[in-house]
Amino acid sequence: MTDSTRIVIIGASSAIAEHCARQWAGQAGHESLQFVLLGRDQNRLNAIAGDLSVRNPAATSQILCADFSRAEAIAKTVADIVAGGTPDIVLIAHGTLPDQQLCQQDLTLAADAMQINGLSPVLFAEAFAGHMQAVNTGTIAIIGSVAGDRGRKSNYVYGAAKGLVSRYAQGLQHRLAGSNVKVVLIKPGPTDTPMTAHLKQDGASLASVESVAATIVRGVSKGSPVVYAPGKWWLIMMIIRHLPRFVFNKMDI
Amino acid sequence: MFMKIASWGRLAEHPHEVVPLADHRTLVQSIQHGLPGISYGMGRSYGDVCLNPAGTLWQTRRMNRFISFDQGTGILSCEAGVTLKEIQDCLVPRGWMLPVTPGTQLITVGGAIANDVHGKNHHVMGTFGEHVTSFRIARTDGSTLDCNRDHHADLFKATIGGLGLTGVISTAQIRLRRIDSPWLLTDTVPFTSLDDFFSLADRSETDWEHTVSWIDCLTGPQTRGIFLRANHTSEAELTEKQLTAPGTRTPSALNMPVTPPLSLVNKLSLRPFNAAYYHMNARKAGISAAHYQSFFYPLDKIQHWNRMYGRRGFFQYQCVVPRKTARPAIADMLAAIAAAGDGSFLAVLKTFAERPAAGLLSFPLAGATLALDFPNKGARTERLFARLDDIVTQAGGRLYAAKDARMPAQMFAEGYASGLQEFSAFRDPGISSAMSRRLLGS
Repeated sequence: MTDSTRIVIIGASSAIAEHCARQWAGQAGHESLQFVLLGRDQNRLNAIAGDLSVRNPAATSQILCADFSRAEAIAKTVADIVAGGTPDIVLIAHGTLPDQQLCQQDLTLAADAMQINGLSPVLFAEAFAGHMQAVNTGTIAIIGSVAGDRGRKSNYVYGAAKGLVSRYAQGLQHRLAGSNVKVVLIKPGPTDTPMTAHLKQDGASLASVESVAATIVRGVSKGSPVVYAPGKWWLIMMIIRHLPRFVFNKMDI
Repeated sequence: MFMKIASWGRLAEHPHEVVPLADHRTLVQSIQHGLPGISYGMGRSYGDVCLNPAGTLWQTRRMNRFISFDQGTGILSCEAGVTLKEIQDCLVPRGWMLPVTPGTQLITVGGAIANDVHGKNHHVMGTFGEHVTSFRIARTDGSTLDCNRDHHADLFKATIGGLGLTGVISTAQIRLRRIDSPWLLTDTVPFTSLDDFFSLADRSETDWEHTVSWIDCLTGPQTRGIFLRANHTSEAELTEKQLTAPGTRTPSALNMPVTPPLSLVNKLSLRPFNAAYYHMNARKAGISAAHYQSFFYPLDKIQHWNRMYGRRGFFQYQCVVPRKTARPAIADMLAAIAAAGDGSFLAVLKTFAERPAAGLLSFPLAGATLALDFPNKGARTERLFARLDDIVTQAGGRLYAAKDARMPAQMFAEGYASGLQEFSAFRDPGISSAMSRRLLGS
């Protein structure tokens, strides 16, 4: 990293994002490191900022509570952030894991889930992309999901939203291919975070949030177009994507 | 969420209602339901101090943020779910280390306080609790109390070594110690009798901060072992040769990927292992350098090492016996173990110094402590423990609760008589563990 690094994290109190921030703080040594932490809960963001400043005394954090749904609000938030300095890294990490059954019964829930997991991250990325293309530098990392690779009955509302993120990132990568702006699409598998607590109860084996964050931080520094975290999900999803429909439809996943 | 949870000894795996605590600010609301519960951190306690079968476990691990660190005074403030490893990974490079750590750094700050853990430098630094300047504790009645040696001093003292029974620690302030480097200068001294051990221990106390010894518990009265002593040092005081010697740096990570059906520690393996271990180390006798991680936490490098004892799990038996009776009591115990034909290769013998206890139920006493691992062989292991209990009780000693899964309530009551009466007034009625029901009746 350069002498002064500016990292913007959208959805900074998500467990994966917080652990990415810790690792960035840990590796930056004594260089100046500036975080912009965007979230909904001021107290949690303050606690994360305090933690980061112990991990790296050279780290400072700006805390922003913002509206994640309205396009105009997103445009304004991003313009304000960019006015404070061009980001070296933007990590777009917010999201929720909706209950598929409830989404099927209540369209409002389905719409909210699509909005927060699909449309909102994409609008944030789009807002940053214009600014970063103009200065021709930086990395935009967006957290998608393995769930976006193929729709499954157990969570296709979430999967569809994340599929939108995938296709969007693909397009943005195409647009910025000749530039110095890198776009990294991250697809975590099920990770041990508060968002997935109910999966753990069902005996799912979940990757540790530390290892997922390490994979993401590595992928971002390399500028890899697609990062599966942990890496084994690349293989698993390749198989699942290619299963013939008559096999896939018999599976209870 | 109901999950099957075992402690480090893997003796039993019972379903628990696991409630993750998200952060220290919301903790007090989270612990007012599903009572009684008990805090659970890294699950590195060997026995049942962190278990509550069919009941609630408050999982503290996600409550793992640093709050502040004063580079001038070395005072760290953090949430109770932070591990000792996280603290040292962050602060050792800046010249600060925890003054007291046990043989693993994969434990939480809350667990270190609740068990008032000790390390190889007890005669210089005492227990972990001595370096805790204050903490905040939440109780199941909805109250939150800030405790230190002046304010709620009695609850402070009851909570240090209080087995998690006085409330849930949310944040703590710890005074770290300065170090010049991550390096230690070590001296390895083989010995061939208990008398040698005790005289080495006495002679080493003034000049060496860390002392510990491994013993071959199969050799009976002519106990052989390896005495290890060390001091913190600066890199400048070490030679290039010392710094680059094999085994000096942290060893690479290993893993025990599966649980074997039977214990790998058994009659066939133990005798050759102990002989090889003794001779390997005897050859290394003398001065060398060690990185703090390989010196303090050699087993942390082997993930899931507790699986090597097989599916039935294992016990750790750690006692302390007072100085006056230590020599004969340790000899009797070693004879009993040799006679039973069972043994342990993690046999650790160490002396404790006379120090005022940090907590009401703190384990150390001036004297000697012996720690041994035994694969669980049911009634046969129980018989050996009954014999060892007799020796310890007769000698005026006691067992370490952090390691215990089976001591009789009577033995606990006698061993901890001095603090137990006072302790009961500070218990949180909404908190109970398998251990508290076994040893305290509730």
